[in-house]
Amino acid sequence: MSALLEVTDLRVTLQTARGPADALRAVSFAVQRGDTVGLIGESGCGKSITALALMGLLPDGATVGGSIRFAGQELTALGEDALCALRGARIGMIFQEPMTALNPLHTIGRQIAEPLRLHKGLSPATARAEALRLLQRVQLPDAAKRLDAYPHQMSGGQRQRVVIAIALACGPDLLIADEPTTALDVTIQREVLDLIAELVAEDGMGLLLISHDLGVMAETVQRMLVMYGGTVVESGPTAEVFRHLAHPYTRGLFAARPRLGMARGTRLATIPGRVPELADLPVGCPFAERCAWVADACRRALPAPAVVGPQHQARCIRLDALKS
Amino acid sequence: MNDMPLLQVQDLVKHYRLPRERLLAPAPRVRAVQGLSFTLQAGRSLGVVGESGSGKSTLARLVMALEPPTSGQVRLDGQDLNTLPPAALRAAREKLQMVFQDPYGSLDPRRTILQTVSEPLRVLHGATPADQRERAAEALHAVGLGAEALAKYPHEFSGGQRQRIAIARALITRPKLIVADEPVSALDVSVQAQVLNLMQDLQGQFGLALLFISHDLAVVDMVCDEVIVLYQGRIVERGAPDTLFQRAAHPYTRALLQAVPRLQPGAARTRRAAALPAAISAAPTEGCAFAPRCAFATARCRAERPLLRELAASGAGAHAAACHVAETVAALPGGEA
Repeated sequence: MSALLEVTDLRVTLQTARGPADALRAVSFAVQRGDTVGLIGESGCGKSITALALMGLLPDGATVGGSIRFAGQELTALGEDALCALRGARIGMIFQEPMTALNPLHTIGRQIAEPLRLHKGLSPATARAEALRLLQRVQLPDAAKRLDAYPHQMSGGQRQRVVIAIALACGPDLLIADEPTTALDVTIQREVLDLIAELVAEDGMGLLLISHDLGVMAETVQRMLVMYGGTVVESGPTAEVFRHLAHPYTRGLFAARPRLGMARGTRLATIPGRVPELADLPVGCPFAERCAWVADACRRALPAPAVVGPQHQARCIRLDALKS
Repeated sequence: MNDMPLLQVQDLVKHYRLPRERLLAPAPRVRAVQGLSFTLQAGRSLGVVGESGSGKSTLARLVMALEPPTSGQVRLDGQDLNTLPPAALRAAREKLQMVFQDPYGSLDPRRTILQTVSEPLRVLHGATPADQRERAAEALHAVGLGAEALAKYPHEFSGGQRQRIAIARALITRPKLIVADEPVSALDVSVQAQVLNLMQDLQGQFGLALLFISHDLAVVDMVCDEVIVLYQGRIVERGAPDTLFQRAAHPYTRALLQAVPRLQPGAARTRRAAALPAAISAAPTEGCAFAPRCAFATARCRAERPLLRELAASGAGAHAAACHVAETVAALPGGEA
């Protein structure tokens, strides 16, 4: 059976003020129906560009190479009309900022009904009834009253539930959630993540969760992809990635995270240097400049994925040196 | 004089008036801060933890004297900031710097990074242009940015980089007190680590005091000597991070701790049952504000608001909680990560 989403050798080049920049190179991964996959990385690593490329929402002037196959269809070759028919219908998206993802001038009910009317051609009355059902499904208290409420009358967590309801309206096969809880309080984050996990399990859709938070990944996804400098540097089952920390960058990310119970005055391990600018990405391993295990060969070419374990790979040629 | 705290906050109250809903109805009020008292010694760090709406940011603005309190006092080096004449307040501001939460709103889009970062030096110390440039480059380097950033504008930076610039601006005058409102929540993990280390370094080097507002308990645990937990404008628990996170005596502190994602794959499934009921916006006017969400609430909790009281088990002044059943809660197992 072919994968629901199969990304092969995806390359995205953006036009910037400083010339063309390779925002993504050699990104390959697959999401099956019922899979939960996490994309983790820091700002500028390309995780949001990956999401935008999947949705066909890249900025003007971007060129896309490689292949994105969704349910057997090649997305990179699709025109805008065909993409519009997919977005919001078969691919749902949850954005980071529930404050700005909603239109302040329209009621919640109207915004949830919009994709239903557009994609499914439902009548206003049926769409409204369906919107109510969706609001109940995302466990918004007093759903019936909230249909005619405006976004400003709701809290951040409630708004994010509305955004989730919109993403789920047409029963998508793939749900892309880009930092869905970053703007929320921890107790609300917990609820929203639980809700997403529940809905994904119930509907059997594929989930691509984008986050910078290792804790969020650990609790929510089965497989994770660690991105750095526009490429996937490590991928594997979440438990395996957490156990091995094969790539030096993954290792650095773990060490840098503050944990409860650290003594006051503990120095966090830091990754020296800084994230490379996309316009200045080196030809070799993007992490070479910050890596303690770097060798000359690292700078010559982007390392190919090396096998760490079953379904677990890392783009590193120094894995043996790292183990000792 | 040695015992005088750098910052002393006494019975601080701040109410905001909302627009009238009807012509003749009284204007509704938001009670953002409802009587906070605490002290902060020079060179120490106090963490303020709580969710949105708990009054953390209002507290920051009151401490910075950006707005007057409804009642109560904020004293810096013994001076009540709100009774100082304008010139004296301006002088006192030299000792205060702030790092704001929103890296998009806190930098002027029309100014270069050099202008923005060196502005406090120009305003407060009258440094030479060469000096300004050098200090600005130093401050930027400390937050992980190169000197080439000086000539750029905020729109050329990511959210994370902008916040680092804002932190550089606060660090540049080496103030006595930095009020940091969620200073690292917008930063990437590796950068966050650099900045947290840096803030700790600077604290040691210059005897900086830090009022560190954050929703991230792990960050507060690492940076702060003492932590206060706010819920709806009141302190519900106070103590050293170790005490607070290992023997949390307020159910709200426990709920916060339990919501922190763990680095154990699959850990979430076991905690689903312990999820906290949603926040109730209309808080009870009498009784404990947390009672409607609390698993331990009794009739007494709904009738009588618990006051912040010392818990004897941890020693004098070490640990206080505003809960009628604090001892029972503190004795429960598994407060920490």
